[in-house]
Amino acid sequence: MQLNPWALTGIVLVAVVVPYLGHRSSRSATSTHDFLLARRTVRSRRNAAAISGEYLSAASFLGIAGIVLKDGADALWFPIGFTAGYLALMLFVAAPLRRSGAYTLPDFVEMRLGSKGLRRFSTAFVVFIGILYMVPQLQGAGLTLATILPMPVWAGGAVVMVLVAFNVISGGMRAITVVQAFQYWLKLFAIAVPAFVLCMVFFAGGGPDGFRPLGAAAPPVFTTDTTVDVQTDVTLHVTSDTYLWAYGRADNGPAAGPTHWTPLAPHTVSEGTKLKFLAGTPVPVVSDSVADNASWLHPGSGSLTDLLQTYSLMFATFLGTMGLPHVLVRFYTNPDGKAARRTTVHVLLLLGLFYLFPTLLGALSRMYVPELLVTGKTDAAILRLPSAMLPGIGGQILGAVTAAGAFAAFMSSTSGLLVSVAGVVSTDVLPGRVRDFRLATGLVALFPIGLAVALRPEDISLSIGLTFALAASTFSPLLVLGIWWRKLSWPGALAGMFVGGGLVLAALVVNVMSGYTGGWAPWFVNQPALITVPIAFVTTYLVSRVTGYGRPEHVHDIMLRLHAPDPLGFMRDRAVARFGQAEEKTRIAGRGRHRK
Amino acid sequence: MSDDFYEHRPNGVREPDPTLGRRPRPPRPLPQPTERAVVEPLPPAPEDEPPPKPEHHAKPKRERVILADPRRGAGTLRARVELEEQTSWGKLLVRDHLVKVQLRTALLLALLVVGVFGSLPALFYLVPGFSRLSLAGIPVAWLVLGVLPFPFLFGVGIWYNRLAERNERAFVDMIEN
Repeated sequence: MQLNPWALTGIVLVAVVVPYLGHRSSRSATSTHDFLLARRTVRSRRNAAAISGEYLSAASFLGIAGIVLKDGADALWFPIGFTAGYLALMLFVAAPLRRSGAYTLPDFVEMRLGSKGLRRFSTAFVVFIGILYMVPQLQGAGLTLATILPMPVWAGGAVVMVLVAFNVISGGMRAITVVQAFQYWLKLFAIAVPAFVLCMVFFAGGGPDGFRPLGAAAPPVFTTDTTVDVQTDVTLHVTSDTYLWAYGRADNGPAAGPTHWTPLAPHTVSEGTKLKFLAGTPVPVVSDSVADNASWLHPGSGSLTDLLQTYSLMFATFLGTMGLPHVLVRFYTNPDGKAARRTTVHVLLLLGLFYLFPTLLGALSRMYVPELLVTGKTDAAILRLPSAMLPGIGGQILGAVTAAGAFAAFMSSTSGLLVSVAGVVSTDVLPGRVRDFRLATGLVALFPIGLAVALRPEDISLSIGLTFALAASTFSPLLVLGIWWRKLSWPGALAGMFVGGGLVLAALVVNVMSGYTGGWAPWFVNQPALITVPIAFVTTYLVSRVTGYGRPEHVHDIMLRLHAPDPLGFMRDRAVARFGQAEEKTRIAGRGRHRK
Repeated sequence: MSDDFYEHRPNGVREPDPTLGRRPRPPRPLPQPTERAVVEPLPPAPEDEPPPKPEHHAKPKRERVILADPRRGAGTLRARVELEEQTSWGKLLVRDHLVKVQLRTALLLALLVVGVFGSLPALFYLVPGFSRLSLAGIPVAWLVLGVLPFPFLFGVGIWYNRLAERNERAFVDMIEN
């Protein structure tokens, strides 16, 4: 791939400006209180921009276009799900959770059920979810940097992780809020501007070589002579006799020159092979994706298992948002329950605005960069599309803009996740001072990087979908039933989390194994939420009904605190309880004596 | 202090009438500076923020320390006392009124959203003609899935926010009277 100097500049700019912004506001974040709470001076609109900025991860920026390129209209449920999950959060969780005074999910668990054991169990799941969410971000970062620079894929992920960890350690949450708000607007700009420009190019006659209409019941074709470097072993299939040149290894034999592939059997291509196609050749696609444009264009044209997988995805995304650690933590920066609800409305607006664009770019990619279907690395769609449609400097600059946006996406969501997971670890596992937070950040940062390097990169959206399924199966029964049902007991919550979380983790392991050994897993291993979420809810309900002893004593008080309107003054402020009000901080620090 | 049932404290916390107007109200206890200096299990949050500290404040300055803030002490002492006595309005809140109303609102709107989105995949699967409809060259399905959901979800969000705030206000008004 050609070195795009503009893209490199864009990325370096993002990588420099973001920590700089963090540093500037970090000079005032010196106490644990500041670190973790951004001093509650954050205004609602900026908080909404910060939440959206953090929420729009690589899955939203790159992953949606990539999966739309691969799966077509059925992939549109991803952005719908991501947004509807926020609505579900608002309807059921936002205001009561803020009023509970809980800063993190384990806090809420302890406040609601009073069980320290359950708290520790939920801390473990928060850490799992956070790490699982970070892995695709780092893989996506690796992919982005590998597209721009001749770097190995794992190196990009390591670079982003180190940068983010450094940013978090030096600034804590306050730095992150300002930075996240800025990053939302940066990402919106980075996706909207190329979308507008490329749309205009499309309507003006369609790029350098025209395009093939998407409605044809035929695969996309290469618009120019294209050479594809296969970087991992892939299995491809074609829908008609295809003539190409292959140099390397294909179909378990050496290939050096003209090759003919028939549609009767799939064709394996080994790593390191170069495939050369002439313009007008139909594009072979990776075995698990949609081969012809008609099924791509029309939703619901798959089999029954595809339908079930769509419903499963809906369960996962609608209920999973409330269980994500970096989402909940940012709620606490609202002053009260009413503000928490209002902020969520703003977030819905900002998210909706953003999600209009990746879909468009995904559709354009199907026409202009179909060669990504060959390698299966469709997540690079947004990065490759501008230079495919606009050769020359215009395309390079637009490509730089999207690369910068993608980079901002990795950095923002990774830092949000790192802050929240490290916060949970430092307050629940370590004593909870500023130094512990920094230590926790460093420790936690090691795991995603290890996993990102060790595991095969998958479609970002699919990995994120599984993470949402985990969040939906563990924390959403707890939150929804805990907030609205008096009779929840800690054994019930424990059972629900254990069963739901255990099933999803088992599905994850099976998924990884099947990825390495040929992809034999059935659909519910890819997206188990349709099965695991109802099971988790039912388990929680049933076990709670039979374990009456496990209910907290003062359920009425707790429910009062969660639901009483804010002016009545029941809302709890964890920071006040823990750190004291501003004027009491010195007393606590000085152990009750006047400081001399 | 005025004698109306509904009293505004400087920190914005309002004291509802715990007896719902049925019994003569017990005399209000005077704020005691030495009362309850320990951290209680249910400390309510003060409504107004302490003034923001100056930006580059690296070390805490010497400050006068108050052992028990009377503003915190008596203002919400009443609410806590009522809570511990489990009086009628607390139960009313939890059992009958506000929680159920809020839950019903949330469930109805959730049902609307789930109904709309849940029926779409089945519709596309069972009625292929629907998924092939086209409007000025753009497939209707892409508009329905890719553009329309976002204003819809935002609209439902605004609607819920309005309803929830109205429910809360109605409840507080009811309590006041």
